Amino acid sequence: MATRAMAIEDVKTGEVTQAVYEHPFVVRLCHWVNAVSLFVMVGSGFQIFRAFPSFGAKIPQKDLLDWPKALALGGWLGGALQWHLTFMWIYIATGLVYIGYQIFSGNYKQVLFVRHDLPGVLPMVRHYFFFGPKPLTKEAYNPLQKHAYTSAIGLGVLSVLTGLAIWKPVQFSWLAWMMGGFHLARLWHFLIMWAMLAFVFGHLVMVVLHGWNNFVSMLTGWKKGP
Amino acid sequence: MNSRTDSRKFKTMNRRELLKLTPVVALGAFAIPQLQKPLLKGGLSFSDWTSARLFRSGHLAPTFADSDLTPFEKFPINGYDVDDPEVDFDKWTLTVSGSVQKPGDYTLAQIQALPKVTQNTRHVCVEGWDVIGRFGGMRLSDFLKSIGADPTARFVSVECADDYYESIDIATAMHPQSLLCYEMYGQPLTREHGAPLRLSIPTKIGYKQAKYLTDLKVSHVLEKVGYWEDQGYSEFYGL
Repeated sequence: MATRAMAIEDVKTGEVTQAVYEHPFVVRLCHWVNAVSLFVMVGSGFQIFRAFPSFGAKIPQKDLLDWPKALALGGWLGGALQWHLTFMWIYIATGLVYIGYQIFSGNYKQVLFVRHDLPGVLPMVRHYFFFGPKPLTKEAYNPLQKHAYTSAIGLGVLSVLTGLAIWKPVQFSWLAWMMGGFHLARLWHFLIMWAMLAFVFGHLVMVVLHGWNNFVSMLTGWKKGP
Repeated sequence: MNSRTDSRKFKTMNRRELLKLTPVVALGAFAIPQLQKPLLKGGLSFSDWTSARLFRSGHLAPTFADSDLTPFEKFPINGYDVDDPEVDFDKWTLTVSGSVQKPGDYTLAQIQALPKVTQNTRHVCVEGWDVIGRFGGMRLSDFLKSIGADPTARFVSVECADDYYESIDIATAMHPQSLLCYEMYGQPLTREHGAPLRLSIPTKIGYKQAKYLTDLKVSHVLEKVGYWEDQGYSEFYGL
């Protein structure tokens, strides 16, 4: 999969800048649809959690935390379930389109974290978090980015599997069994959401740090500048 | 591949690429109050439709050892209204109607004459908690056969002494683990747990498992689905 590059000549000044086509259309579409559905799934998920904010017994009930209603979607348990059971289809469909596209287009090679990326992770961590020198990368994504994106997709798959185990602990009893039963599957589902939120937080920090042109590339596909 | 263009053409191309993302804006329909309700209802119906197709008549819900049971006193008593609707056991009968050959009032003794099944199954509440209980009763499928229920009927609906009402699809009603339950933990049902007769259906969510049954109807068409369903919860909610 060749990256398309282009030299752009400014019509007024004649100045030439480079632009690279970074994100194919399907990837961009999936990214934004998923951003919306992830927001809905997390928001309604918190409202559902509020109905029984514990992972222990019902009697006696020990609440883990009182999640604020303002940070939840759906208003009440039934409403939140409607949101959750509607957007889960959008969430799943987006994931399938995305993964299917990545495989059939070969574009996955750009983001999939593989064994040869492993040695490059620590130098990137040093660069990002401890002001170390910036390692040279020839690829579109550095090893740490690949690791983050691959993990996020993995978390997406796990969020669906744990969700299925909670929604259908009888029909998918093998899934629930693999997770230690319905009771534990609910806990995994919750923890995976937090891992996903941690990714989203890191992702947003990086978006801010990398500036406007980088952000625009997820809208138009093209990233201008050096 | 390296090509050259001018900034004006580049801008036009970028605008075109951005416009290709307009389908994302369609999700904004969920934010419009007039559209939100029908859209979410549609989503829930689709989930129910899928649920009905995922249901397998021969697939059994997991059963558990006696050591896995939640202690009886820790089995929650969940009612939408009162815990004890003060059923008069001496006068109690189950009124059977609808597409059946033998409609009428059935006494508890008549019901208990059918073979008894005891099973340790998980009871899952829509709120998120779950318990494992020991339920005893007769198979709903045995009872439906004994009253000559029309095999082409589609629903079984029940009414309760506390004015609660519920319904289940016939496939779930015929499932071998679906019980008309009169015992929990080897003892006759207590009033709080739905005496004298309740549903115990390990392939359904908790609110489907109505307590204090008074009426049972077999039908082709549903007049009303269920108390919580009418508030906006899933109609099928199979586990």
